[in-house]
Amino acid sequence: MTCLIKGCNFVLRNIPHEAFAYQKDSDPEFRFQTNHPDIFPYLLVNIGSGVSIVKVETEDRFEWVGGSSIGGGTFWGLGALLTKTKKFDELLHLASKGQHTSVDMLVQDVYGGAHQTLGLSGDLIASSFGKSAAADKEFSKEDMAKSLLHMISNDIGQLACLYAKLHCLDRVYFGGFFIRGHPVTMRTITYSINFFSKGEVQALFLRHEGYLGAIGAFLKGAEQDNPNQYSWGENYAGSSGLMSSSPELCPTQRVRSGTFDLLEMDRLERPLANLPLLLDPSSYVPDTVDLTDDALARKYWLTCFEEALDGVVKRAVASQPGSVDAAERAEKFRQKYWRKLQTLRHQPFAYGTLTVRSLLDTREHCLNEFNFPDPYSKVKQKENGVALKCFPRVIRCLDALGWEERQLALVKGLLAGNVFDWGAKAVSDVLESDPQFGFEEAKSKLQERPWLVDSYGKWLQRLKGPPHKCALIFADNSGIDVILGVFPFVRELLSRGTEVILACNSGPALNDVTYCESLIVAERIAAMDPVVHSALKEERLLLMQTGSSSPCLDLSRLDKGLAVLVRERGADLVVIEGMGRAVHTNYYAALRCESLKLAVIKNPWLAERLGGRLFSVIFKYEVPAE
Amino acid sequence: MGAGRLGVPMERHGRAADTSASAGEPAPEGPDGRRRELLRRRASSASEPPVGSSASASAEGIRRNRPGSYSGAPSASRQRVESLRKKRQLFPWFGLDIGGTLVKLVYFEPKDITAEEEEEEVESLKSIRKYLTSNVAYGSTGIRDVHLELKDLTLCGRKGNLHFIRFPTHDMPAFIQMGRDKNFSSLHTVFCATGGGAYKFEQDFLTIGDLQLCKLDELDCLIKGILYIDSVGFNGRSQCYYFENPADAEKCQKLPFDLKNPYPLLLVNIGSGVSILAVYSKDNYKRVTGTSLGGGTFFGLCCLLTGCSTFEEALEMASRGDSTKVDKLVRDIYGGDYERFGLPGWAVASSFGNMISKEKREAVSKEDLARATLITITNNIGSIARMCALNENINQVVFVGNFLRINTIAMRLLAYALDYWSKGQLKALFSEHEDFANCPASSVSRA
Repeated sequence: MTCLIKGCNFVLRNIPHEAFAYQKDSDPEFRFQTNHPDIFPYLLVNIGSGVSIVKVETEDRFEWVGGSSIGGGTFWGLGALLTKTKKFDELLHLASKGQHTSVDMLVQDVYGGAHQTLGLSGDLIASSFGKSAAADKEFSKEDMAKSLLHMISNDIGQLACLYAKLHCLDRVYFGGFFIRGHPVTMRTITYSINFFSKGEVQALFLRHEGYLGAIGAFLKGAEQDNPNQYSWGENYAGSSGLMSSSPELCPTQRVRSGTFDLLEMDRLERPLANLPLLLDPSSYVPDTVDLTDDALARKYWLTCFEEALDGVVKRAVASQPGSVDAAERAEKFRQKYWRKLQTLRHQPFAYGTLTVRSLLDTREHCLNEFNFPDPYSKVKQKENGVALKCFPRVIRCLDALGWEERQLALVKGLLAGNVFDWGAKAVSDVLESDPQFGFEEAKSKLQERPWLVDSYGKWLQRLKGPPHKCALIFADNSGIDVILGVFPFVRELLSRGTEVILACNSGPALNDVTYCESLIVAERIAAMDPVVHSALKEERLLLMQTGSSSPCLDLSRLDKGLAVLVRERGADLVVIEGMGRAVHTNYYAALRCESLKLAVIKNPWLAERLGGRLFSVIFKYEVPAE
Repeated sequence: MGAGRLGVPMERHGRAADTSASAGEPAPEGPDGRRRELLRRRASSASEPPVGSSASASAEGIRRNRPGSYSGAPSASRQRVESLRKKRQLFPWFGLDIGGTLVKLVYFEPKDITAEEEEEEVESLKSIRKYLTSNVAYGSTGIRDVHLELKDLTLCGRKGNLHFIRFPTHDMPAFIQMGRDKNFSSLHTVFCATGGGAYKFEQDFLTIGDLQLCKLDELDCLIKGILYIDSVGFNGRSQCYYFENPADAEKCQKLPFDLKNPYPLLLVNIGSGVSILAVYSKDNYKRVTGTSLGGGTFFGLCCLLTGCSTFEEALEMASRGDSTKVDKLVRDIYGGDYERFGLPGWAVASSFGNMISKEKREAVSKEDLARATLITITNNIGSIARMCALNENINQVVFVGNFLRINTIAMRLLAYALDYWSKGQLKALFSEHEDFANCPASSVSRA
């Protein structure tokens, strides 16, 4: 039990979209919960052969508050006696086909038709198995199994509500083999909880419920290693998905009882934390669009990722020219990612809420699995080299401008740099065909002001005021973006007396600049530019890692060192650039301080959806309400 | 009225637990939308008196301060009752509780009939009195519980005996037919009735028997019935009792309990399903919850598992069985007590848990299965009752209902479980007239 609780706490903390609510008739059926910073207290109802009800108050404190002998063993044992069906799964299958009304005595059986004039629901069960006594007739196995399932689920739901009420808890997680992803039991339990608590208690299930004990045991074993030093993330490439809720859809898969066959976790070397500047960490949702919810967007993006797959495979092979098996591995990657995409077409909820971020992350995880950790490393090096050569000229041009002109040029530079994004198909097409596609040309592609979202005027006004104390900048692409877009902007802030924290990804993703690369780039620039040089030396410019290896950004899972620094330095401006970080994620993120979200829409469908055209500009400057 | 009229030939005459149709558990099948709508409507009309049915799960939590509400009864019947109230009550005095499985009838036999009255008494009334009081069985299924008879009672200024009669609900058509044959409608009486059947059979009473039912709120009747029965005592003895040392077959004693401070009390009515009420005063109570796992479940499952055909038979089998062969106990899993959770080794970890193994399924007897069914249902009711008592902060729990009739095993188990798991904080109380609690109230409320 200790292992179970430990595992449960662990997944609730570490696995995005671990917990979900199940509603049969809604679309989607699964509602995933975002990781809540406060997971305690909660009630864990473990339905094995019997039922254990445990109140969990802190990481180490939990209490067995009650239980019931009517559980999964009762369903199985009594079901075996009644139907002569020996297997648990077969019993559930029978139950899913049965009609309980021939076995149960309903309110309408007792009241006749009068229940309607009385405003009663005649379908309520007055007495489980009440009819099996009153008549001398045979009952079908299916009907008895169904009645039994209702009886047990209702009973457990009722007891769970009574315990939740007694202990004033509104979150109840269900686990154990009786649940284990079986839609029919999740459904009856959810129904019962809603009924008995009148909606006050929420029945939640866990994607990795079957692993809780094992995870807990593993963590306990690793205790001398102090697991709290690390953070964990789900590896989408290695993990198998949540099974379909419809047994008819893929009957072959239903042979196994478990929901998951595999959970693979990546251990990150450092602990993660919330960005302290989030306005409300408990309601923060990184993703802008929930693709499980939005069928149209889901269809588009799945197709988009399918179409981009060839290019990714080609890029991966090209990145390892010396390797003999690169083509073979790339092909395996293609097949794996393709299968994942097909799975997601049929079961969008397989890995929690489906988002552009999860599609991108899944691709990165799959690439890693086939040993393509950084397919863009060569491209990034080459681009960095080109961009560094241009840096002094760009700075000279900027310095020659008047103050107001310079501010606009800096912002345009940031945006133009952002056009260089191998993640976007429209851009990678151009880049493939025209490698000389330059910074100036990129600028000319940009939409003229007024931009699609344009609060530049407000930003300029702000710049006329006192300098910010400290700016936190999340960089996007390497090469022209970071060197000719971000660094000149950083330099201007430094000149104003603002300290800058430049946060880059811990690991590679697409052509995004990584922390290690940013160190080299900064050193090279410092050699050319005294402003950056002295800022680095005096620690007014700090390079940090985000803790992420994703093209997107989850502000609730940032490297703890970064979070601490942000608090220490009293950051009062957050700059997020790029489609992945500022549009697919965080577009609606509310912060406690001023923020700047910049991106160029490099996807025609998304541009149209937002009411603009390809290369439309998002310039979103936000000041929190007083 | 000849004997044998009441019972039409029946293949099977299961006398199951009474149905107060009380449970009301959700069934996630069916037209969910409509049901939700109904529930919502009910919930939003809380100002209206909840109509007489504990089956309305949505009535949970609504305090009911309107005793004896006639809502739902046709106004004609209402007027009739009103007018009757002003006059002296005409005999016969009946109270009916028509449950899902069993009909409970109470009949007040006046013993202070004057010669003049006797003279005036119409023949049909006389024959009813004679028929009911001179027999202990009616037809093949009706039974008078002679041992429950309350003697020399004063009711509305009349002295007499109160008789308790029960028959299966499926014989209700025969009962109505008898009423027609015996010309009950000429007696200018109203039948006070409660239970779901009061609604279900209302039309039949009217069209076949020309009899108007005065439908009474089931929960009101139950509360009044309990309090009334307690107030009159049981032929000089206490009506309420409890068990001392319920776990010990030799030392176990049934002791009278003086319910002089009845409030607050938790009333657990175990019929086919179970209703749980929190009672704060005579007129102030609420339905806390209910469960569909009740007497009907015990009997229904026993029929399926053992092929028995009567409630008595099911209980008799259970008394000879051993549930530990069927259930998985804590000690079966942990080898003894599970100390970390304070679980004793004898506690049931999984009801029917041993039955997942083929060998064990082949090794159990029908008696063992009957016993396990009884223990499972009883423990579950005890558990829900205990949680309700804790949530409502009440420590007297009165168990009534037909499930407990001649069911000492269940009563002792409830007594023990409540005491053990509450560490002596909760007391389980029982009533001598456990399954007729509803009826007298019907009778009384006429007066």
